[in-house]
Amino acid sequence: MEIILRNIHKQGYSPDISSYITEGGYKALEQSLEVKPGHLLSEIKLSKLVGRGGAAFPTGLKWELAHNAEEYPKYVVCNADEGEPGTFKDRIIMERDPHLLLEAMAICGRIIGSTQGIIYIRGEYFDAYEILKKAILDAEKRKFLGRNILGSDFSFNIRLYRGAGAYVCGEETALLDSLEGKKGQSRVKPPFPTFTGYEDKPTALNNVETLSNIPEIVLKGGEWFSKIGSPLSPGTKLYCLSGNIHKPGVYELPTGTPLSELLGKYGGGVEGKLKAVLPGGVSSSFLTDRELSVNMDYPSVAKAGSALGSGAVIVINDTHCMVDIAKRCTEFFAHESCGMCTPCREGTKRAKEMLTGITQGSGELSSLELLRDMRKVMYDTSRCGLGQSALNAVVSAIEKFRDEFEEHIAAKKCNLGICSG
Amino acid sequence: MAEVTLTIDEQQVRVPEGTSIFEAARKVNINIPHLCYHERLSLYGACRVCVVEVEGRSRLEASCVTPVESGMHVRTNTSRVRESRRMIVEMLLANHPEECLTCDKSETCELRKLAYELGVRSIRFEKGRKYHYTIDDSSPSIIRDPNKCILCGRCVRVCMEVQSVGAIDFVNRGEEVQVLPAFGKGLGDVECINCGQCILACPTGALSERSAVDEVWGAISDPKKFVIVQTAPAIREAIGEEFGMKRGSLVTGQMAAALRRIGFNRVFDTQFAADLTIMEEAHELIDRIQNNGVLPMFTSCCPGWIKYAEHFYPELLPHISTCKSPQQMFGPIAKTYYAQKMNLKPKDIYVVSIMPCTAKKFEALRPEMRSSGVQDVDAVLTTREAARMIKESGIDFARLPDEDFDLPLGISTGAAAIFAATGGVMEAALRTAYEVITGKTLENVDFGQVRGFTGIKSATIPIDGIELKVAVAHRLSNAHILLEELQKGTLPYHFVEIMACPGGCLGGGGQPPPTTFEIRAMRAASVYREDEGMPVRKSHENPAIKALYDEFLGKPLGEKSHHLLHTKYTKRGLV
Repeated sequence: MEIILRNIHKQGYSPDISSYITEGGYKALEQSLEVKPGHLLSEIKLSKLVGRGGAAFPTGLKWELAHNAEEYPKYVVCNADEGEPGTFKDRIIMERDPHLLLEAMAICGRIIGSTQGIIYIRGEYFDAYEILKKAILDAEKRKFLGRNILGSDFSFNIRLYRGAGAYVCGEETALLDSLEGKKGQSRVKPPFPTFTGYEDKPTALNNVETLSNIPEIVLKGGEWFSKIGSPLSPGTKLYCLSGNIHKPGVYELPTGTPLSELLGKYGGGVEGKLKAVLPGGVSSSFLTDRELSVNMDYPSVAKAGSALGSGAVIVINDTHCMVDIAKRCTEFFAHESCGMCTPCREGTKRAKEMLTGITQGSGELSSLELLRDMRKVMYDTSRCGLGQSALNAVVSAIEKFRDEFEEHIAAKKCNLGICSG
Repeated sequence: MAEVTLTIDEQQVRVPEGTSIFEAARKVNINIPHLCYHERLSLYGACRVCVVEVEGRSRLEASCVTPVESGMHVRTNTSRVRESRRMIVEMLLANHPEECLTCDKSETCELRKLAYELGVRSIRFEKGRKYHYTIDDSSPSIIRDPNKCILCGRCVRVCMEVQSVGAIDFVNRGEEVQVLPAFGKGLGDVECINCGQCILACPTGALSERSAVDEVWGAISDPKKFVIVQTAPAIREAIGEEFGMKRGSLVTGQMAAALRRIGFNRVFDTQFAADLTIMEEAHELIDRIQNNGVLPMFTSCCPGWIKYAEHFYPELLPHISTCKSPQQMFGPIAKTYYAQKMNLKPKDIYVVSIMPCTAKKFEALRPEMRSSGVQDVDAVLTTREAARMIKESGIDFARLPDEDFDLPLGISTGAAAIFAATGGVMEAALRTAYEVITGKTLENVDFGQVRGFTGIKSATIPIDGIELKVAVAHRLSNAHILLEELQKGTLPYHFVEIMACPGGCLGGGGQPPPTTFEIRAMRAASVYREDEGMPVRKSHENPAIKALYDEFLGKPLGEKSHHLLHTKYTKRGLV
């Protein structure tokens, strides 16, 4: 069951517009022009699609708010700042099927009443950038974008904006500030971007993967979509399998597929002995072999004490030291914190110091309790998702692999010989 | 506007829609602990100290940026809230130099106070700083110690929002975030106008004035120096606050007494020079009006405003009065006119001024300000520094008897007293201009239209056939509005007064903290009370000024005035 990767996996499929059209591309846009935006909106709502960027916010509701906003111009912004370590799904879409994204954005524009789309693309995605640039020109030539699309009264343009390498700009409000030429820092919410987004105008801001579901929902109906996968959050999900797995890659599976099935049936099994899995990137909590039966949908993974996030499934086998991995996580967040709010800026820095100390044999047992307290305070008080989730992985590692931490602290050594000592 | 009812700590409160939880809590007498919040600045929501629990929400909310909702249940004082606040302050302290005992802001530091109040008694994080930033002492007015910065952004906001300057902003990311002038330059090398509003806004010791206390002590103890002090109009209603007196207490006599006791040879008054400024400035205005000079004419008393214009509106510099500020008129008069009277040489005299202002330190060092042959004003102390010298001397300020200023440079009028408040220079100039132009006596000297804290005030004053149009702005963000109009050629005034700081000099960057709106209002009330109580209320009737012209200067705008009392301005680029 593939919705998003259906074209990509076809023999001889290329990112050219001709390939896309051959496979029925831009039919959904054409169809959208013939019906009222309100009708399209009800289909999106009916589909129960939720955002695939990690926050799982209902897409239909988001678009309804933007649709109902009475200020113009409105904007459709695509979050293509895919920066979560272990995530590479949006890149596949943009590089291999760019028109799918463009078509989806145009439909969104039609629904909310916007004529301008912007793709905020991760700065390091050079190829995807070039491919999208060409795709936009091709779509304009064929009248799928630009003034009076396919002879209708609907006009919609898309431009590209390259990020400058800040992870935090994947957070939607930091992305908007960056897009406006400011320093990438999260905004205070409310107001939400649906009312006060880009240039303080109503903005529908969606992840690449989320948008890529739209053309099929338009063609096949919201009800069709709502019956796929887990009823709690229907549809498919792209999982980025990486780490100690035989067949790493991007897999599109119905939501609710058990983690064990993803790893075994699709990923070809774990290399060596499984130690831990991060089901939703470094912002999520570690799961162990006891939790592999978890169904991969937003509510179920949350219930298991972790998060599906953007679907970065990182597999770790027993050749890795959990203390070392926890330290690397803190290094990442300390480096990527925007530095605006106190708990995230100071908390990520202190966590990094503590973990570094533990790996170097100068750690203290009290740090483990302190890190747990810090996670609580950072979750409670940080301004955006970055700080709120920065210590999830670390604290879950401490909870589930406490022996390893205590060993590093008490015996001042790493049994696996990984930590520098 | 619609109102909503919510519950805060089991108390019902009704507030307009859109009110923040923080503001709503104040209505039920809860002042939620905070650092980055500042009532006169935009909301920032970054320190996270003001977090509260809102029923039904998974995380705590920063109360300053969270709007109230109908039926909301807020708890500002749960263990979860207290523990979070404590840890946040601990995090800041873990990063903060342990220099409280010697810090310039020791007594007023909000971080120190907050740590005490929140019960932070130990720091669970590794002690010791992780970086050692260089202290920026490039500015003649302001010292910036990035090590003490807690990144609350109040300085950034006051600089941009109140002053329209934007000399500093956040740079870098994560733990490397700093507040810096553009391209890492020093504050002295960018568009900073030295107003010192950032010092008042800063909750810690990251921003403070460049102290001249030791230089002044050195001069006082130098037997070869005849040390003269002049005190600005805005000091006498503010310095008492440093000694625990009521906000806005008028302490002119006690101030004079204290300064005499700490060793100044003469205690004079900048208000004398303010009267002199009015003589020159009113005549300059009349001259410009009668001889098709460049109009509107802008006042030139405020060195922050002058530097702002030099950076941002260099093409408008011909509009600015060539008159030096009162501080800088006082200097050369003391070192020439008064020196002659005392049979002293300019270099034997050391002029100290006590100013509500940090920009005055910069002004005194301008190369144009040496018309006595040496530096006209040798050292500038802020109100805070002067108060510290008095404290250092062990003087019980509040119990001192009143004393008078010394003669003759201590004589002034009510017109000079009101220089301390926004609109004061304008009003003082009008009192003199009216009588000079008409030759008639001005019966009612009060020009209420130019008083008060409205950002931009304007009035039309009929003076013998001339409809004199005037405007008054304080805060440079308001000046910015007027200057944009002027650039478009649509500013219909003859005379415009501009003061950089909110409320005028009484809200200056050298004044005792805090200087809230209410405190500024109390100081202003004292200013006008002083004016009313003065026997003479028009500058041109000041007998000492008359004598100065008779004995020495000749006439306003004359040859000697031109040399000693007028100046020129410098085009400064943008960084």
